[in-house]
Amino acid sequence: MSTTRSDWAELAGREYAYGFVTDIDSDLAPKGLSEEVIRLISAKKDEPDWLLDWRLRAYRHWLTLSEPTWQNVAYGPIDYDDIIYYAAPKARVTPGSLEEVDPELRAMFDKLGISLSEQERLSGVAVDAVVDSVSVATTFQAKLAEAGVIFSSFSDAVRDHPDLIRAHLGSVVPYKDNFFATLNSAVFTDGSFCYVPKGVRCPMELSTYFRINAAGTGQFERTLIVAEDGAEVSYLEGCTAPMRDDNQLHAAVVELVAMEDARIKYSTVQNWYPGDAEGKGGIYNFVTKRGRCAGARSKISWTQVETGSAITWKYPGVVLQGDGSVGEFYSVALSANHQQADTGTKMIHIGKNTTSTIVSKAISAGHGQNTYRGLVKMLRSAQGARNHTRCDSLLIGPDCGAHTFPYIEVKHPSARVEHEATTSKVSDDQLFYARQRGIGEEEATSMIVNGFCREVFRELPMEFAVEAQRLLSVSLEGAVG
Amino acid sequence: MTLAARTVSAHPSEGLQLPLAGWPSDPDWLAVARRGAAAWVTANGFPSAKHEDWRYTRIDPALAIPFATDTDTGRRTATGGSWPDVSLRDLLGPGLGGIRLVVVDGHFAPELSDHGYLPSGARLDSLHDALAVAPHRLEPLWSWHSNGYPHALRALSDALATDGILIDLPTEAVVDDPIEIVLLTVPGRAPHWSHPRIVVLAGAGSKATVVETHLGVPGQPSVTNALTQVVVDDGAQVAHYVIQDENLDSFHFSSLDAHLGHSSRFSSRLLAVGGRIGRHEVHTVLHGENAEVELHGLFLTGSGQHHDNAILVDHAALGCRSHQIYKGVIDGDGHGVFNGHIVVRPGAVGTDAHQTNKNLLLSDRAEVDTRPRLEIFADDVACTHGAAVGQLDPDALFYLRSRGVPHQEARALLVSGFVQEVLDCFADGPIRQYAERLVAAHLEPIMSAGRRGTDSASDSDSDSARDVSASRSRGGTAK
Amino acid sequence: MLLIDDLHASIGDTEILSGLSLEVAAGEVHAVMGPNGSGKSTLAHVLAGRDPYQVTAGRVLYDGADLLAMTPEERAAAGVFLGFQHPVEIPGVANMYFLRTALNALRRARGLDEVGPVEFLAIAEEKRRLVEMDRMLMDRPVNDGFSGGEKKRNEILQMLLFEPRLAILDETDSGLDIDALRVVAAGVSSLRSPDTAAILITHHQRLLDHLVPDRVHVLAGGRIVRSGGPELAAELEAHGYAGFDTRCSRELPAPIGSGR
Repeated sequence: MSTTRSDWAELAGREYAYGFVTDIDSDLAPKGLSEEVIRLISAKKDEPDWLLDWRLRAYRHWLTLSEPTWQNVAYGPIDYDDIIYYAAPKARVTPGSLEEVDPELRAMFDKLGISLSEQERLSGVAVDAVVDSVSVATTFQAKLAEAGVIFSSFSDAVRDHPDLIRAHLGSVVPYKDNFFATLNSAVFTDGSFCYVPKGVRCPMELSTYFRINAAGTGQFERTLIVAEDGAEVSYLEGCTAPMRDDNQLHAAVVELVAMEDARIKYSTVQNWYPGDAEGKGGIYNFVTKRGRCAGARSKISWTQVETGSAITWKYPGVVLQGDGSVGEFYSVALSANHQQADTGTKMIHIGKNTTSTIVSKAISAGHGQNTYRGLVKMLRSAQGARNHTRCDSLLIGPDCGAHTFPYIEVKHPSARVEHEATTSKVSDDQLFYARQRGIGEEEATSMIVNGFCREVFRELPMEFAVEAQRLLSVSLEGAVG
Repeated sequence: MTLAARTVSAHPSEGLQLPLAGWPSDPDWLAVARRGAAAWVTANGFPSAKHEDWRYTRIDPALAIPFATDTDTGRRTATGGSWPDVSLRDLLGPGLGGIRLVVVDGHFAPELSDHGYLPSGARLDSLHDALAVAPHRLEPLWSWHSNGYPHALRALSDALATDGILIDLPTEAVVDDPIEIVLLTVPGRAPHWSHPRIVVLAGAGSKATVVETHLGVPGQPSVTNALTQVVVDDGAQVAHYVIQDENLDSFHFSSLDAHLGHSSRFSSRLLAVGGRIGRHEVHTVLHGENAEVELHGLFLTGSGQHHDNAILVDHAALGCRSHQIYKGVIDGDGHGVFNGHIVVRPGAVGTDAHQTNKNLLLSDRAEVDTRPRLEIFADDVACTHGAAVGQLDPDALFYLRSRGVPHQEARALLVSGFVQEVLDCFADGPIRQYAERLVAAHLEPIMSAGRRGTDSASDSDSDSARDVSASRSRGGTAK
Repeated sequence: MLLIDDLHASIGDTEILSGLSLEVAAGEVHAVMGPNGSGKSTLAHVLAGRDPYQVTAGRVLYDGADLLAMTPEERAAAGVFLGFQHPVEIPGVANMYFLRTALNALRRARGLDEVGPVEFLAIAEEKRRLVEMDRMLMDRPVNDGFSGGEKKRNEILQMLLFEPRLAILDETDSGLDIDALRVVAAGVSSLRSPDTAAILITHHQRLLDHLVPDRVHVLAGGRIVRSGGPELAAELEAHGYAGFDTRCSRELPAPIGSGR
């Protein structure tokens, strides 16, 4: 009786806690994209010729492509010549030397709740900190090296492990893959590299924290994770950016390679600036993520919690090549205010007895539009393959939208695919029950939404799960009566 | 000037020409509509894999066949009752016992038709005559796509359809017996397209059942581009059936458009067993509050066949309900497709929409693509969809065999069980009996094929190993 | 404590309560009985503030305050507890977490300190034992996969935990075996004090064998048609509701709380 429909329409802006700008001198490339800019990026990083060649091939191919339009999101044209493709904090000293990290940068990360000091870390999580175009610090490298694990910025890896990079770069996401992946291949500036040798179980969680700070820049990082036979690694990424009225482009590429019996768990808590309550500003998050289960019985698991960005457009997928390999995708995507998300996964079953699981939980509030788009493909060789997909959408308020677009393509009779989807609003019965017990409407909604996402949250490492729940609650604030 | 002079067979590479002026007898509005539709096709071309809704279906082979022939310039007056090699009456069979209207190659054939009792005020006519006598009843139907066509085949119907059937029921008219419309394509002429059009105008509170049976004589390719438009006025109830059983050389494209008024009910039931390529579109718009639609389809797709089902349910009003169940049984190198789409428009609260697609793959070379979609812009809704692809349950098969049921019979039993859910939705009586006979006849070869060893891969390990290596040597379709 | 005066309530165009009046004083237990469709559940939901019901006339005073003007959570904070006939399932939300969140919300509203997780464990465990509920159910999502009897025990557990001043139990006894019935009766009895009151809404007088009410009312056609002492319940058991105005035995909307 206290809640009327019109209450739902009353959408206040929500708090974005990471919207500050840190005043750091940046080394910036000139605006725009050209072979010169690419040569400049490559030169700044002192890259070998083969990598420059690869970038230039990608760039020339990119010139022949046009921006895709099939995704279920709407945005104005992006002027690719109005973007700064390289921005690096000037004060960066030598890599690998944590003590010499610029205090300003250290303070910025402290403010973000990420400590770059190894002593202060409560739990064993190694962090690669990426600001704008470059990695500024990577913690626990020495400790990881003892176990044989390589964890470094991408640039350092190109310098220190060129053969590994050359062998795997573009092996999962070729530079011709799609418009944004091709752009990334031409201009990527940094990112993280992780290599876990045969039989090694990575002794701690690895993580990369991405921060966009400079204005007018795009962030184009690349992550490559290789797990050799029997290796195991869990990796997390987090991201934030300042509040600005302009849209900034983030076009990353992530490649995962899992050899025989290897396991890679990749978790994302994405909290890029989503834009204000009127839909002004925010990050365009156009990302290509793919894993290849190259070896038998390998497993790649993607977990994502997407609460930020003005537009999210990504489909972390798994190519299930090895017999008996396993792909998983667990996703929570929230679109509040004027956010748009078109996200899902691709599971390509090639090997025998491969299995994949997809659990997608989408929440739309305010004027948010949320689309699940997923491909499950069983090739002729995928005997005995299995997929189970569950897509649930929750609607909060009359002006939002929830869309479910699965694609199921089966070419083997013994493959079994099951897909289930539901769309509904937050149940009045559940809300009333909680309110009758004294819980306020906003808290009750948040509780129900968190419950709705439980299946996905429990896939996250513990501290990220707590963070994800908090983020979801904050993001829903103001979206409820 | 005859149409043929300006309607040239069109392979896309040769460029497409369509009639610019229409037919001498056309009223002005129709001539304008035909020109507009033809211009649309010329400007937009034919659907290809780049069109999301045609991702899995190629129409190119059909485009090699002329869109029209000179006989289409006027209504054929005498079909003679038989073609050189075949008696059409024999082909028609006994019928469902009510009114039966026969359309041959897109043209109404009165001498083959049986009129029955109709309530007063009801009109049942050839579309050709209706266009001459009551054009005002048909004019609105040519402007349903004034904002642009969903694809060229719809536009072709507007440009080229000259005949078919009009069923026009006044308020509260009730037709108890099914109105059967048999659409035949016959050999003996050069391969060609036909564009039969069926219009059902169900006045408020009226009630009718319409059964479309598409038949063909084996021998040569033909293309049917059928359009059925149904207006279900407030409180009216229309049950619509399509039985598609054309020969394996033919192409069948059909569109069923239904617009539903307040508290009206519409049901569509499809049984597709024939054709080389068959695509069945159902597009229902729930305009009036509290309307209800039920869509059920069964496709049995054998070797050399391709069946595509494209369904759009558009919830545009408060408190409407829709329920869909589509099932496919795919054998040989058949290819089944399901494209189901539910849209709930802003404000269409209280919507209850459900969609299920299940597919059974019976052979190693069978393929299925399914794409159930939900697009929802209102919050107080309950929408679900589900899709499943699999083979006969090996456990169930084993269970039956361990009880002494022979393998082939066990398969037949399980397949029958799978399809029964859809057949149960067909109305009791002659329609259901006809559908069940047809299903039984088409499942027979599927079952005996199972006997010959092209059984599903899991039945024996050696079989499956062979199958996989065979498919790999074909190169698969891995990217 | 509770004064219901000429209450009219409807859902859509259908009037379900048609001038219902009832007074419950502190320290009393009242039973409201009536045939199916007489408006019993509607009364419970209107008192708790459920949305689709519209109060078209009349008033409800709770300790002198306008109960109908309060949100559901304000009523809960003020001590009104509804035991649901069909407790809803809330997937993904652990029962224990839910109970603590609710308890702390109530405590905050009543100006008390919140209870920490460890302290809460002990409190919850004590109540759980009282209602003889399986320990495992504390960690499962709220009511998710609970049997009918387990759900009702969970309702009583919450009633004991939240210590309401006015407990309204909507058919809490329906479908219970004798053990569960005893638990429900014991739970209500333990809350009985000069300062609290309870309204037992029930179809049968089974519960009243275990829990003797101060007053019994017969609800029919959306109004109280007869009131009396405990002996009235026995009379109803013997003769049924025949003879009462049961014009309201029409079909009611689907019960609230069954979820989708």
